[in-house]
Amino acid sequence: MITIVYDGSFEGWLTAVFEVYEYKFNNVMMVTAEKFQPNVFNQKHESLFDKEKADRVWKGLSEKVSKAALAQLYKTFLSEEEGIEDILLQYVQYAFKNKLNIESDFSHPAVIKIAQTAKMVHREKHRMEAFVRFQLTGDGVYYGVCQPDFNVLPLIQTHFQKRYADQKWLIYDTKRKYGMYYDLNEVEFINLLFNEITNEGKNLEFIMDEKETLYQQLWQHYFKSVNIEARKNMKLHIQHMPKRYWKYLPEKQFTTSSQLPVTSTREQAT
Amino acid sequence: MSERVMEKLGILADAAKYDVSCSSSGSGRKNEKKGLGNANAGGICHAYTEDGRCVSLLKILLTNHCIFDCAYCVSRKSNDIKRAAFTVQEVVDLTINFYRRNYIEGLFLSSGIFKNADYTMERLVRIAKKLRLENNFHGYIHLKTIPGASEELLKEAGLYADRLSINVEMPTEQSLKLLAPDKNRNDMIAPMKYLKTAIEENRADKKILKKVPLFAPAGQSTQMIIGATPENDLQILWMANQFYEKMKLKRVYYSGYVPISNDNRLPAIGTPVPMIRENRLYQADWLLRFYGFKVDEIVDVNNPLLDMDIDPKLSWALRTLNLFPIDINKADLSLIMRVPGIGVGSAKKIVAARKFNKLTWEHLKKFGIAVNRARNFITCQGDNFILKDWLPEKIKEQILNSGASKYRPNFSPQLKLF
Repeated sequence: MITIVYDGSFEGWLTAVFEVYEYKFNNVMMVTAEKFQPNVFNQKHESLFDKEKADRVWKGLSEKVSKAALAQLYKTFLSEEEGIEDILLQYVQYAFKNKLNIESDFSHPAVIKIAQTAKMVHREKHRMEAFVRFQLTGDGVYYGVCQPDFNVLPLIQTHFQKRYADQKWLIYDTKRKYGMYYDLNEVEFINLLFNEITNEGKNLEFIMDEKETLYQQLWQHYFKSVNIEARKNMKLHIQHMPKRYWKYLPEKQFTTSSQLPVTSTREQAT
Repeated sequence: MSERVMEKLGILADAAKYDVSCSSSGSGRKNEKKGLGNANAGGICHAYTEDGRCVSLLKILLTNHCIFDCAYCVSRKSNDIKRAAFTVQEVVDLTINFYRRNYIEGLFLSSGIFKNADYTMERLVRIAKKLRLENNFHGYIHLKTIPGASEELLKEAGLYADRLSINVEMPTEQSLKLLAPDKNRNDMIAPMKYLKTAIEENRADKKILKKVPLFAPAGQSTQMIIGATPENDLQILWMANQFYEKMKLKRVYYSGYVPISNDNRLPAIGTPVPMIRENRLYQADWLLRFYGFKVDEIVDVNNPLLDMDIDPKLSWALRTLNLFPIDINKADLSLIMRVPGIGVGSAKKIVAARKFNKLTWEHLKKFGIAVNRARNFITCQGDNFILKDWLPEKIKEQILNSGASKYRPNFSPQLKLF
């Protein structure tokens, strides 16, 4: 068994795939430098990112499968699931070996696994498009924090860039410790240094725009008002909005709602 | 000032919530000139309330003042409640500021009817126009069509809104007369017809002309209240089907009646919301729209009610057992989609994958089909299908016993106290 150690990037992984063919490796496993643990029984091969090699694999693949399938491979890679590199390699080898396009052969274990994983990642991408909440800072930046299950920031960039073309925004992944910042022209991937006061960016009240609290309260009040008590269904609520996302959702924070005016228009005597 | 807006928001969101539609899908509206907003064709639910319903849009009434006295409606004239009205600017500010924070996909604006239909409609249109033209807003806008509104206003509404909807409220004209004496069914159908034609013309123009303005890109929808009046499921689904076929509606919503009044024409306060029935109607609706079913395959004069304990697809399959079992490696896609336990997605996977390999139960399990349901209706590779208890009742019992229906507690004759 040969362990191929690569840099953890998608292009790095493509380079590693190239080298599997280049050095005629069989029986390999791929692992990021970060996760690599030396093992006396395995031979180690270090793969260094090489743009030309990566491009050749990508180009070769695009002649074998559709654009949608290529997107699935990328999404699957971003799942960061343990051992996913090896399954992706199996897919690639199966694709290169066959004359026909194999992307819809769901009877092949790698093809179905990738279809399912890509779907999972896609769902998380969609959730981030739904659940990222911005707060307006005093210097006019809409700031959103998230902690996605998978590394989906690269997948949501276009969505936010198109939608919020006229406002500066920053979305930060606290789990992977990087973010993207849109400055009204382009999106840049960035790292932030938080100081202790902001507690990793969780306590930002003191740098917020003066109207920010008002809009959060209006939203919380709206969220409560549209609920129909007679139809209460917490199981469904949690199924759609799993608890792990709550910490960044203003509508799920406990608020000083007692200060809000009481506005029951229901004549129901409960 | 903000406290007043807070109070209005409470009143006017509460009054709007019985309109179940909150969809933000179906519009391909794109951001222009570096403005704000870009519609997402599939729609996005940004939150879910504790009743499990999607919150996609800022759904509010412009005002809950109303000259009508519809028995089923909280805003009816005779109801003694707090009344409020937003200003145009307040609605615009709320929409823009919620949208910028990624709380919503856009605005769903409805209204009580004050003065008359056109007066009300004109104000709804004015807000949409302001958002589009002055605020360069390209998010989703759903406007209510006010019954009886003039064609000029409808036309203008179509230019700014993504979706328009007019609620027929009651499945039949008799029920409408009984509960909403001020409303006239034709005042609802006429605008729907006008918009249907206008939408069709717009889509036809788009095929031949280069630059055609968007006109209600997400089409029209409607809502029927379920369980307030005695209509059966056959009447309701037949009506829904008419709307899909004749009016080309994108969606028909079924809203289980939430008792809000002591009016003796209606179920009393405290009567449970008919949620299972509502769910079965949606399942039937999906069969009509995505699975190629005809209404009379789901309900007919002999079976005018949907089964409450099993879904309508399984009911159909049990009534037509002579069609089964089908061979998963040979049958047409349209037939595979009709197998209980197999959805559109899995059916397509099956048809794609069987070109490479004969499919076995192991494959099917990995595709995510509900084998427990499907196994009574299909055969596949390496399977010796044995005709066991080939009786509908047996199959039904076995399926019901092997899975825990989320509705099971509701079937119990015992009252649930909490």
